[in-house]
Amino acid sequence: MSGATTQATGIAAWRDAIRRDRKATIGAVMLTVFLFIGIFGPWLVGDPDTLVGIPLQPPSGEHWLGTTGQGQDVLSQLVVGTRVSLAIGFAVGLAVVLLGALIGVTAGYFGGRVDGLLSLFFNVFLVIPGMPLAIVIAAYLPSGPLTLGLVLVVTGWAWNARVLRAQTLAQRQRVFVAAAVVAGESSFRIVTREILPTMTSLLVAQVVGSTVYAIGAQVGLEFLGLGDVSAVTWGTNLYWAQNDSALLTGAWWTFAPTGLCVALVGFGLTMLNSGFDEITNPRLQLERAWRKHLLQRGKEPTRSTPVVMDND
Amino acid sequence: MRYLIRRLGFYLLAAWAALTLNFFLPRLMPGDPATALFARFRGRLGPEAMQALRETFGLTEASLVSQYLTYLGSVFRGDLGISIAYFPSPVADVIGTGLVWTIFLAGTALVVSFTIGTLLGIVAAWWRRGWVDNVLPSSLVFLGAFPYFWLAMVALYILGFSLGWFPLGHAYGDDLTPGFTAVFLADVVRHAALPVGTVVLATLGGWLLSMRNTMIAVLGSDYVNLARAKGLQPSRVVLRYAARNALLPSVTGFGMALGFVLGGSLLTEIVFSYPGEGYLLVQAVRNQDFPLMQGIFLVITLAVLGANWLVDLVYLWLDPRTRDSVS
Repeated sequence: MSGATTQATGIAAWRDAIRRDRKATIGAVMLTVFLFIGIFGPWLVGDPDTLVGIPLQPPSGEHWLGTTGQGQDVLSQLVVGTRVSLAIGFAVGLAVVLLGALIGVTAGYFGGRVDGLLSLFFNVFLVIPGMPLAIVIAAYLPSGPLTLGLVLVVTGWAWNARVLRAQTLAQRQRVFVAAAVVAGESSFRIVTREILPTMTSLLVAQVVGSTVYAIGAQVGLEFLGLGDVSAVTWGTNLYWAQNDSALLTGAWWTFAPTGLCVALVGFGLTMLNSGFDEITNPRLQLERAWRKHLLQRGKEPTRSTPVVMDND
Repeated sequence: MRYLIRRLGFYLLAAWAALTLNFFLPRLMPGDPATALFARFRGRLGPEAMQALRETFGLTEASLVSQYLTYLGSVFRGDLGISIAYFPSPVADVIGTGLVWTIFLAGTALVVSFTIGTLLGIVAAWWRRGWVDNVLPSSLVFLGAFPYFWLAMVALYILGFSLGWFPLGHAYGDDLTPGFTAVFLADVVRHAALPVGTVVLATLGGWLLSMRNTMIAVLGSDYVNLARAKGLQPSRVVLRYAARNALLPSVTGFGMALGFVLGGSLLTEIVFSYPGEGYLLVQAVRNQDFPLMQGIFLVITLAVLGANWLVDLVYLWLDPRTRDSVS
């Protein structure tokens, strides 16, 4: 019972926090728009694979974003692609953080030789360039969303593991963890009930950040032709635009809208994240409080340090 | 010195991990790897070439351990197999043709972006809430949200195709012979301007924000206040006291960014038909040229590891603490 109510206040608290911060609000609105397009859009536009007219028609009243090199409607392709690309993006973003948390928290909590080994493992993965590795793996496996997701998780988890290890290491020293150990709680319970809840905001930020990575990398791989080229996604749209020489025929409408959507989603997520940072980072909170305080007294805020207040 | 040797050991380990990954990747394919791999080459390669390829990859009847040793042996001899897309050239030769261009492109982009971004970060932190600080971070973060290669497509369309200010592709004009002549070098710069420019534009925001945020923290510290209280010139306070210390996280980030920027510039190369590894990679993907793909992965990984070690050297020079703690 109490679990359900704390959950509700938790989400309500986040919602309030997002509403208070301008950046977070902008990010949340942008994201919501794209989620709506992704969920409901495909029912409103026609089948993206139908050949609707002459290839490479510029935007017109009939086809708002023109037609592709094959004669398909660019708008329907864009909208249907949104659903697939966002779905893969969020799924991979979540999976990457889960894997990173599993390895990072284990390393940070147990320390010693376990930490040494796991740290070595994710540091090696961090230093091996992800894109070429992803390309090679994707080329060997049968193409499809599952392969794409797998490849992105394999090449993307290490950074999260590293950050979460450091955070766990810091929490491990705290008194409440020591108390739980003395009380004889199991390691699993200490990690899931005592340590992980203190990192909620970090985990949320990581999921958001990893989703940005997943969408960008996914579009890149598909652009290379490593996705399922018969599926309609943002990346394959760009792949076909490049293949049909969209650039050299001047057909900007076949690639411009897709890239813009990738950027808008990425930007929205980044804004949401920097908003979260302002909300949860005590340093930035303090600075904002000083600023407000000074402005109320009719003083122009300068670099906000205690020195400024001493002069006041 | 111990620090450098420990780092070197780590990179050697990472190189070994990459080699091992490379060995096991073909064996990840569903079904029998040898049959699956060679089924694609049948009819395109003669029996001798097939046998040579088989031996390079160690895809023989021998045990896995001896296959692995055979593979390591051939890599150390510089034998990466034979390219399918550029048959019958050895993979090592094919990679060699593109490596200079990729290192030139990604290296220039990274250094230019790091320098400009860091300087802008210093400016933004020093004149807090000035116009640089208000306008640049969010607009650059917005630009950074675009895929590199998409920015490249737009730049190519507007500045190359529509306005005709820049060439549409390749690393230099077809009518020129490579050499250290002023005409040739100028042409190389003209061809590199758009690819380098778009990668710089996409990565500038990260450097700016990283430097700005650390600078703000450092500017609030006691020793900077002391330097200001002593009446030192602002330029000296900013550059010698604050910026030098604030640079450390960015330098660490430089090592991390290497692989990432390289990955992005590979895609940029494709848009510009730039004759580097990215262009070779897409040829390899289209022709299912696995030896070439794996060779490129290996060479790029080794290049990134080497560059990371150089970054460690710079770090050692910048941060005396790393020197003190090991001596």
